[in-house]
Amino acid sequence: MLSFLQGFWVILKHTFRKRETVLYPEEKIYLPPRFRGRIILSRDPDGAERCVACHLCSSVCPVDCIALQAAEDETGRRYPEFFRINFSRCILCGFCEEACPTAAIQLTPDFEMAEYLRENLVYEKEDLLISGPGKYPGYNFYKVAGLAVGGKDKGDGENEETPVDVHGLLP
Amino acid sequence: MPMDMTEPTNDWVTIHIEGKPFRADKSQNLLHACLALGFDIPHFCWHPALGSMGACRLCAVKRFRDDQDTQGEIIMSCMTPVSEGLSISIHDPEAAEFRAAVIGWLMINHPHDCPVCDEGGECHLQDMTVMTGHAAREYRFKKRTHRNQDLGPFINHEMNRCIQCYRCVRFYRNIAGGRDLNVFGAHDHLYFGRHENGTLENPFSGNLVEICPTGTFTDKTQKAHNTRSWDLQTAPSVCVHCGLGCNTLPGERYGLLRRMRNRFNSDINGYFLCDRGRFGYEFVNSLRRIRTPLFRTGKESPQVSTDMNQALSSAVGILSNKDRVIGIGSPRASLEANTALRSLVGKDRFHAGFSETENRLMTLIVQIMSDGPVKTGTLKEAAMADAVLVLGEDVTVTAPRLALALRQTVFSHAVRCAERVHLPAWDDVGVREVAQDDKGHLFIATSQPTDLDDAARSCFRGTPDEIVAFGFDVHARLNKARKNQEDLAEPDGMYHSVVTAFQNARRPVVIAGLSSGSEAMIKAAANIARNLAEQGKDVRLIFCVPECNSMGLALLNGKSLESAIDAVNRNLADTVIVLENDLFRRTTSQNAEFFLQKARRVIVLDHLQTRTTAMADLVLPVSTFSEGNGTLVNNEGRAQTYYGVIAPDNSLMESFRVLNRFNGSGPDDPSTSRNRDAVLQDLAEDLPVFAPLAEPHAPLAFPVPSGKVPRQSFGYSGRTAMNAHVSVHEPRPPEDPDSLLAFSMEGFDGSAPSDLVTRFQAPGWNSVQAVFKHQTEPGGPLLEESSGRCLLFPAEENDASYFDHHDPCEISETELRPVIPLHHLFGSDELSMAAPAVASLAPAPYVALSPSDPLADCDTVFLSFNDETIKVPVKVVKDLPPRAAGIPASVPGMIPGPLPGQCRLSREGQP
Repeated sequence: MLSFLQGFWVILKHTFRKRETVLYPEEKIYLPPRFRGRIILSRDPDGAERCVACHLCSSVCPVDCIALQAAEDETGRRYPEFFRINFSRCILCGFCEEACPTAAIQLTPDFEMAEYLRENLVYEKEDLLISGPGKYPGYNFYKVAGLAVGGKDKGDGENEETPVDVHGLLP
Repeated sequence: MPMDMTEPTNDWVTIHIEGKPFRADKSQNLLHACLALGFDIPHFCWHPALGSMGACRLCAVKRFRDDQDTQGEIIMSCMTPVSEGLSISIHDPEAAEFRAAVIGWLMINHPHDCPVCDEGGECHLQDMTVMTGHAAREYRFKKRTHRNQDLGPFINHEMNRCIQCYRCVRFYRNIAGGRDLNVFGAHDHLYFGRHENGTLENPFSGNLVEICPTGTFTDKTQKAHNTRSWDLQTAPSVCVHCGLGCNTLPGERYGLLRRMRNRFNSDINGYFLCDRGRFGYEFVNSLRRIRTPLFRTGKESPQVSTDMNQALSSAVGILSNKDRVIGIGSPRASLEANTALRSLVGKDRFHAGFSETENRLMTLIVQIMSDGPVKTGTLKEAAMADAVLVLGEDVTVTAPRLALALRQTVFSHAVRCAERVHLPAWDDVGVREVAQDDKGHLFIATSQPTDLDDAARSCFRGTPDEIVAFGFDVHARLNKARKNQEDLAEPDGMYHSVVTAFQNARRPVVIAGLSSGSEAMIKAAANIARNLAEQGKDVRLIFCVPECNSMGLALLNGKSLESAIDAVNRNLADTVIVLENDLFRRTTSQNAEFFLQKARRVIVLDHLQTRTTAMADLVLPVSTFSEGNGTLVNNEGRAQTYYGVIAPDNSLMESFRVLNRFNGSGPDDPSTSRNRDAVLQDLAEDLPVFAPLAEPHAPLAFPVPSGKVPRQSFGYSGRTAMNAHVSVHEPRPPEDPDSLLAFSMEGFDGSAPSDLVTRFQAPGWNSVQAVFKHQTEPGGPLLEESSGRCLLFPAEENDASYFDHHDPCEISETELRPVIPLHHLFGSDELSMAAPAVASLAPAPYVALSPSDPLADCDTVFLSFNDETIKVPVKVVKDLPPRAAGIPASVPGMIPGPLPGQCRLSREGQP
């Protein structure tokens, strides 16, 4: 009997509490930056595509919903020829973001992706690519990779010696 | 020293690892023994085919003197012989720390570019880094960088990634005999490359991709369409670019063939492939591929594309009068396809598609191989031979992997030298030091200089006729020596050394081939081999055949192409089915054109556009080795199956399926869905030589209930997205009714027979080094190795006698010059020439003349044969017989058709 009354008491108390429910979509709730929503592809600080088509996101994806193909431009810079995410399969687990070595693929606090047709949930690279660096403003993979690519010569990157002179015998 | 250079001594001793006793082979080093026992010891510079060198210091383990010793000492396991009572610890904390430190030092300069490195995911350095547990870089200073070199169309160079293990130069220089890759510089500035930019000259340069434990040398053709190893759909396959039947592992993604890798096979190719086999695969993706059927209503009207069903019904219409149909098979089509054609047109109207000469020579080879008494040899046996005679064949271009095996005879000789001073075979540096410049007993008799000459003890140069005479002479002298009539005290050059070497040999090998087009050459080789066999030697005879299924086609007993032309000319037939064959390569243009014009209707099945398909009334696209399954018979008579990696679709079928539909049945007719096994069973019933093929694969002790062997790795990605742009509903995996392999990630995951292994991988070992986990011991045969089925066995009883030597008829017309056919690794093979990388290295037309030739001073001359004349530049080749004209075989721009025995050369144009 006592527990019965206790239950009524709790409900009565909650009636006067501040309401948690918001009138979505008129009213939007706050989502933290680390919320795992719609996936985007970012660009490096120089404005070039960050994705180097290493296939780590696709390989780590538990539902196999990422497919891409690597290609190389004339300067040796690698980029995805196509990059496709099937959001009708995606579970927004964020493994792809964790695996990404170039901070290219990021999850954003946007979850409003509902569609009437599943076909519309297939996002190609044009749909994924944004114009900024996203959550990691400073990082540029090719500056630390040691490769000569896109006008950056050997030795021009961060933490790189000038190329070895093979003919030199000095210690 | 390569594993296959050593004979297992089976001298077993007990060693203690982590306190537990194990049996190990005394002739091995400790690293080899531990890996064979299933222990994982990290290593870099050691490789089963390269032996030990002790350069990388990664294989450190701890050795204890006795039971009381708790301190122990760190030793390099690759440089320590296995000995009785040896007690070691692999997991000892000090040893483990030492190994992690070695990786840490290597990582000081290794760049941070794995995401864009093609080796990533199958990198030995990644595996070793994970295995040793090195996780964070503690060195705070800058990374060393190197400039790269352009090493040609095959190999990409990224010198930053090098860890100085020396594997590349040891393979390139010691195994492959290359000279233009070396190590430069000093201390931490070591540079592995050429003296200047340029294409790597050695025809085995592609193996650097697999031998290099990092991404320093990667496959440039793959780089253009890179896919990670776990995303590739792979299946066991057989190389289609020469007659040796090397085992390969093609990889597919998104319907495109992405790369070709070596598939280990202890009897044939071992760890290495030639560049034609490795990089020729791109013909599959070529723009010259035929993708839709082409049809024309009359000889004058243009070909228009049509759909498969329509094309098949027009084929049925064309073939309504069966009595007037003849079929032309092909040495580059599978056994199933040739068989299907043979049963469609009837065996009397089946023509092999060989030229008259080739047909005669292949028949002779089959006869010699089945009469015996000499067994045919594998490449492994060639590498272990103690005396070899190559008669009239430049094996470096007609059977390149055989040339690599022959080069190893030098090392097997060195191992025998080292045995005398009790040096173990695996001590690579020591063995080479003992042998110094002492070569093995390899003798080469060819008309032209070959790339293998530097490995030979001596070379004989002469016209093909002189080489034949040389061969018969060796046979005669062996006879005399047998009867002790030969006065060996009077050495006369090469005869003496060849005969002496053969007299002292236990396992001699004789090699000949088709490239000179001489029947007597083959007879001479057979005579020598038979002679040696009768002396009780374990002799092997190896014939180089030109194409991947030449031997299989020869066993079908077809008539030659000339007799097909004759049949149409005499109006015995008017409808022709040409199976995957370009007739313009087999006969003169004039003949081929006449034949294709004269025949009322011509149906051609092929995958590449050729001059023959251009003249056909109906062209049907068929699959290549990468899209379907089939059987190829290699030069030893070993029937091996290849499995497609590109999932089939309705418009592209294997040739034998297309041919099965020619009898008018629909796709649901049971005779159409006759699978490979049924085709082969019919064949086995018809021709007893194919009896071993009658047994289908299924009865193998193989647990079918657990599913087929998957072609995709467990890490295969993108399954729910790769087709999402077409349809979001994922399709069923395509069926493969013909094989025990599935186009899927799921299925059998145990140990399959070696010819069904779709990838070499083991926990912790993702690189090609993982192959040792699939072997009985590192470098040994694969677990459950079953590489094909042997069709040709020498007869037990044989009454065949020696062949006689007929003197060649003299060339009466003095203006005519004997032709020396010069084959080219890149250029003479039909299929690989549709691969852009290979085609870029093909030679331009030329004619080779000896320096003493009166025309040698000309820049260009007019060359005439097969009723055609072209102007070609002159190339002076030392050692070419005087008056002979060396003509590149089947290179683009030359006069098409097979090379004749003689040609005409003149300073001025048409006389």
